[in-house]
Amino acid sequence: MNPFSSFAATRRRVLIGAGAGLVAPGIVAAPLSSAYAQGAVIDITRARTDPIPVAIPDLAGDSRGRDIARVIQANLRNSGLFRPVDRQAFIQTPEAAAQTPRFQDWRVIGAQALVTGRVVEQGGQLRVEFRLWDVLPETQLQGTAFTAPAANWRRIAHLISDVIYERLLGEKGYFDTRVVYVSETGPRDRRVRRLAIMDQDGENHRMLTDGRFAALTPRFHPSAERIAFMSYQDRGQPRVVLFDIGSGSQQVLGNFPGMTLSPRFSPDGRSVVLSSTRGGDANIFVVDLGSRRERQLTSGGGLDVSPCFSPDGSQIVFNSDRGGDQQLYVMDAGGGGVRRISFGSGRYATPVWSPRGDLIAFTRFGRGGFAIGVMRPDGSGERILSEGWQMEGPTFAPNGRVLMFFRESRATDSRGGGYSSRIASIDIAGFNERPVPTPTDASDPAWSPLLS
Amino acid sequence: MTTRLLGAVAAVALLAACSNTDQNANAGGAGAGANTVRPGSQEDLVANVGDRVLFGFDSSQISADQRPILQRQSEWMGRYPDVRVQVEGHTDERGTREYNLALGQRRANAARDVLVASGVNGARISTISYGKDRPSALGSDESAWAQNRRAVTVVQ
Repeated sequence: MNPFSSFAATRRRVLIGAGAGLVAPGIVAAPLSSAYAQGAVIDITRARTDPIPVAIPDLAGDSRGRDIARVIQANLRNSGLFRPVDRQAFIQTPEAAAQTPRFQDWRVIGAQALVTGRVVEQGGQLRVEFRLWDVLPETQLQGTAFTAPAANWRRIAHLISDVIYERLLGEKGYFDTRVVYVSETGPRDRRVRRLAIMDQDGENHRMLTDGRFAALTPRFHPSAERIAFMSYQDRGQPRVVLFDIGSGSQQVLGNFPGMTLSPRFSPDGRSVVLSSTRGGDANIFVVDLGSRRERQLTSGGGLDVSPCFSPDGSQIVFNSDRGGDQQLYVMDAGGGGVRRISFGSGRYATPVWSPRGDLIAFTRFGRGGFAIGVMRPDGSGERILSEGWQMEGPTFAPNGRVLMFFRESRATDSRGGGYSSRIASIDIAGFNERPVPTPTDASDPAWSPLLS
Repeated sequence: MTTRLLGAVAAVALLAACSNTDQNANAGGAGAGANTVRPGSQEDLVANVGDRVLFGFDSSQISADQRPILQRQSEWMGRYPDVRVQVEGHTDERGTREYNLALGQRRANAARDVLVASGVNGARISTISYGKDRPSALGSDESAWAQNRRAVTVVQ
């Protein structure tokens, strides 16, 4: 049985709070009593310049409550859209607030929203009750109880963070996600490049490959359970390889004569679009994961790389030098109707379509340096978000609100000293750029879909 | 102003020292004595023929001044008919990873095509691209970038 043959999205979509349900393996979410208000209470455009003050006292009942509160605080603060109220200012104790919030105590310290909760550990299971309150009208917006193995406490904290984000901003969050990337160690001419995976906040970090072969450009399957990446796995041509995160099993994709590179899964998870070199050219192919049939989509007589599907699967954006230097092109998913969409000065590369469908992020570079930017799929409305000596490889959070990319610093001597490569995140308005912590140098981040 | 000039001079001196210590960097390395080099080996190729050709920015054209190196490689391979080689294509760091992988492949292919046109049986030559990820010169300046835009012939 081919473990990669049934790639249809198997991800369970359970709306948190819509009823009791399995949110993720081993995590059960159930609504708590008390009616809650419908709809978002705070306009996200206003929050852009005015982060929402949220009070997040330690969850009561168990020492883990403090850890969970800290993770929620960090998530919300790092989003740039929330401002956790300084705990020193709290008047009501967490224990009392978990019983009955005294809203006046939270109003007076400037909190607009309040998160309370209680943690009970029993037989290795955590039960985490959490409630989100709108302080001014004194109403409960959300009440959910999560039950999970105690080891999964971070997942619960991320799930709660996503509920808070969604209830207060009216769109889905991105905290219960992972990032796969390339960990880089050693001198520049003998770099060891390994796949690594971590939670979006840098925790639960682990290596997926051992460094015996170089691994580049990992990308998530829509299930978040598999990865496609480029592997120098033997002495032959580098190949696109499918990697199963759970089992660690690997499988070369396709039967191409030359190098294969820059894979991306289709939104339905049933195929992979990639680039394959033959002679001096690189063309784009789509490989059906069931039949393994390959179909050639471009033959433009240039280097066509970095294809990425639109979220509805109907179009593909890619990078080509067919016009002389690197520019962005969009074509129908069948390969027809190619049109160029990038027209600014310099070169454009690494296009990636937002999961919302409204934007394409890219790398742009020229004499002035490198930049990460976004444009609409028709090429209009280009905006540069961040600039630097060298940066590339944007990847969208599943809600399309935040990007990660990697930023390199130049060598300051002839032995490569001073060179580094690190991951950063930034929101699509160009605000709130921050480093993403990794234990080693890092490149090629890929953001997973929501895990539940 | 004086100190800036001095700084520039010092940087050039360091680069020169570096390329001398890079074993594969250039043909005719001073330490490659005829006694110690096995004919038909990589060391032979490096010392007596030249193992690499260089390219212009974002180019895979074999320029007129580089072509004789490949012709010498072709003659050398004619002398050692059992030798098989892999041509590695590389780029400088000033670009994006995926495009540079394809560009490195195009450079390796361009060098291979000249070898074949010069009479080497194509079955003796494989190609591979490392893109920007295996620089030869490790600095971040024009001099390093020029050395890194290369196709290197490696005896298998």
